[in-house]
Amino acid sequence: MSIDMILDVAASVCLILGAAFSLAAGIGLIRFPDALSRMHAATKPQVLGLILVLLAIALSERSWAVLLTLAPILLFQMLTAPVSAHMIGRAAYRAGNVDERYLFTDELDEAIDRAQDQREKEERELSEREQRGRDD
Amino acid sequence: MNDIVIAVVGLLFTGAAGASVYRIVRGPAILDRMIASDMLVTTVICVLGVEMVYNEHTRTIPIMLVLALVAVFASISVARYVSKQSADIRPAGRSPQARQRPKAKGRVKKR
Repeated sequence: MSIDMILDVAASVCLILGAAFSLAAGIGLIRFPDALSRMHAATKPQVLGLILVLLAIALSERSWAVLLTLAPILLFQMLTAPVSAHMIGRAAYRAGNVDERYLFTDELDEAIDRAQDQREKEERELSEREQRGRDD
Repeated sequence: MNDIVIAVVGLLFTGAAGASVYRIVRGPAILDRMIASDMLVTTVICVLGVEMVYNEHTRTIPIMLVLALVAVFASISVARYVSKQSADIRPAGRSPQARQRPKAKGRVKKR
């Protein structure tokens, strides 16, 4: 059993694992109930499946140049995936796509409550100060 | 053996892509569609990699790179649009804790 064969088998295993991650994400996308849990399912292959596929490419090509060009793909995907996930989660919360029955706690809601209370207080103080200024 | 592996991988990726297309078509909200199309782009990147492994070339690495860079913009722009559309529609106090808390003065909490 030569080293080439071992590396080819390892690449095949990586490919199958990455594809299985993708399929699991697809099933999660179909079966999960609301936007946040669907996002949780869909972001798995975005990094983990891509890592496995890139590993398979590196194992089958076996050259440093290819490895160096594969690294930025993973880097950019890891940089941009959290940004889009954050934006979509924020929009889903604000647009009411989050099903609250599946939440144990909602800390953002408490923070919004506090912010609204604070704002009401500040507006009241501002109007009182204006009233006083007009009286003087 | 290699052909069998590629067939299995192709079936799995077809299932994943089909699932995300199903979610794009059926998705109740626009954000579900965006999540699904994000995953479709990721599946395309992975399939390009699989094709490179099978045919033993490296010509599509730049396409993978550009897709990994650009895929983020669609979901960011749609997410901005959605949050601008409906930032003030969301009722206050939607969470279970908020409903159990004593009511704040002067503000009606709707379920």
